[in-house]
Amino acid sequence: MKVTVCIGSSCHLKGSRRVVEGIQYLIAENNLKDKVELGGTFCMNNCQNGVCVTVDDKSFSVSPDTVEDFFKTQILANV
Amino acid sequence: METPVQNKPAAKRQYKFDTKVQYLKYKVLREVAREAWAGTLLENILDIPKIIVPGKVPTMRCCVYKERAILEERVKIAMGGDKNNPNVIEVIETACDECPMGGYEVTNACRGCLAHRCEDACRKGAISFDHNQKAHIDKSKCVECGMCAKNCPYTAIMNFKRPCVSACKVNAISMNEDKAAEIDNSKCISCGACVYQCPFGAITDKSFIINVIDMIQKSENNNKYKVYALVAPAIGSQYSYAKLGQVIQGIKELGFFTTIEAALGADMVAWMESKELAECGDYLTSSCCPAFVDFIHKNFPDMKEHISHNLSPAATIARYIKSTDPSSKIVFIGPCTAKKMEFQKESVRPYIDCVITFEELQALFDSKDIDITSLPEAHLDNASYFGRIFARSGGLADAVKQALTEQNLNDFELKAVSCDGIEACKAALLKKSKGVLDANFIEGMACVGGCIGGAGCLTHGEKNKAEVDKYGKEALEKTISEAISVVKLPE
Repeated sequence: MKVTVCIGSSCHLKGSRRVVEGIQYLIAENNLKDKVELGGTFCMNNCQNGVCVTVDDKSFSVSPDTVEDFFKTQILANV
Repeated sequence: METPVQNKPAAKRQYKFDTKVQYLKYKVLREVAREAWAGTLLENILDIPKIIVPGKVPTMRCCVYKERAILEERVKIAMGGDKNNPNVIEVIETACDECPMGGYEVTNACRGCLAHRCEDACRKGAISFDHNQKAHIDKSKCVECGMCAKNCPYTAIMNFKRPCVSACKVNAISMNEDKAAEIDNSKCISCGACVYQCPFGAITDKSFIINVIDMIQKSENNNKYKVYALVAPAIGSQYSYAKLGQVIQGIKELGFFTTIEAALGADMVAWMESKELAECGDYLTSSCCPAFVDFIHKNFPDMKEHISHNLSPAATIARYIKSTDPSSKIVFIGPCTAKKMEFQKESVRPYIDCVITFEELQALFDSKDIDITSLPEAHLDNASYFGRIFARSGGLADAVKQALTEQNLNDFELKAVSCDGIEACKAALLKKSKGVLDANFIEGMACVGGCIGGAGCLTHGEKNKAEVDKYGKEALEKTISEAISVVKLPE
């Protein structure tokens, strides 16, 4: 599974660093390092709905407050 | 001067630049870009000089025909210049005014005084007096130290040194047999000091704006591939007539996919360079400034193993962008003419596709009639305070110090020397080569003030350093580790 977080300026200001750190932490905690590839990208052209995250080809809008929920429903449940 | 366009006063338009030479160069770039966007450059190329110098009354040279002949050369350079000359800095021979070059000379202001301070000040005994007590300099003895001129109460002794020669601190400029300036490419570091200082605009940097326009157009609105703008942190001191966010929006309106701060690459470099420094057991010289790196290669080849092995900040972040988006095209926009050499190097070519200056960006905005002051503000925030202050002298050393602390490398004692301008760099390298410089990190910036003094800046002001520091403090991330936590560092 490939998870990509937007680290462009708009998403960065909306907290993409905390989203990246949250996902990194949860991947480690759940021992998913071999199964989930986490990467960054600059801008997904959907700045209004940032922080933009894609899981394989599906797009999501995540915030630092919803990252745990997002991880459970979209990553942990599907991996 | 050009007639004021729309309702903006002429003074305001000129105000974007320090000098009229920059303004003239900008007008050529703007017209070339206008035709390039329209796809009519080749058919209308010969009309451009007449657009800039209409009518029959000369405003710059002896006649409009000479003005237009020089403009033809400027158009060529705006389109990439002489392909056989590897240097991006080029002399326009017809524009060179063949300034006097006699060095120190006594002028008519000499009153034939009794004090003869000039004679006392001259250690070479080069000054003598005629029967009117007027001073004369014996050129065979004079070493051009300037002490006579400094001591004359009437400032009657002048230095007739060419501005380009004075500006070139690496002694790369001499005169050819036609008395026009000539650049020795084996000495030139492409810093652009002569470009900014020549009062006739006879030395100029080649432009790659038409390559950028082509790149944007062929991307078909960033569908075929994405074109990223990578802006240097010196932008914090530029375009002061508008807001930074408006400049970023303007870049988007030009057709770039998005804009990224090269300062994030600076954060990455500070992190890796501090580690390299602590581990190397000797000293390092910085690798950020391409003119400084070139200077070491050309003048202190024995010291080149001590150049940090990191790519420059721009190339470092460009490499990361390419790892996330391999088909992307990356255009660096900055204050630097030496960057136009750097991106052609084998080690950097895979990451940076083109380089333009802030001057050229201004020309691109106006070639599409984008008035950035009327645009909404876009965001630009990728780097930390420390990445952003790389733009001014001393910033790199501050960032390395910070990175050492953040990595708990507190046992390592940093002894940094920040060299402001290529003369200071030369002095420090010379001392180091003789083993008399107590420093383990030499930060070298070829331009005085650092990148904010770069030849490709629109304006060079006293306030620019403060502007960069202010821009640095506005960064969301306050530490280097926070800024780089979202990117993977190269192994």
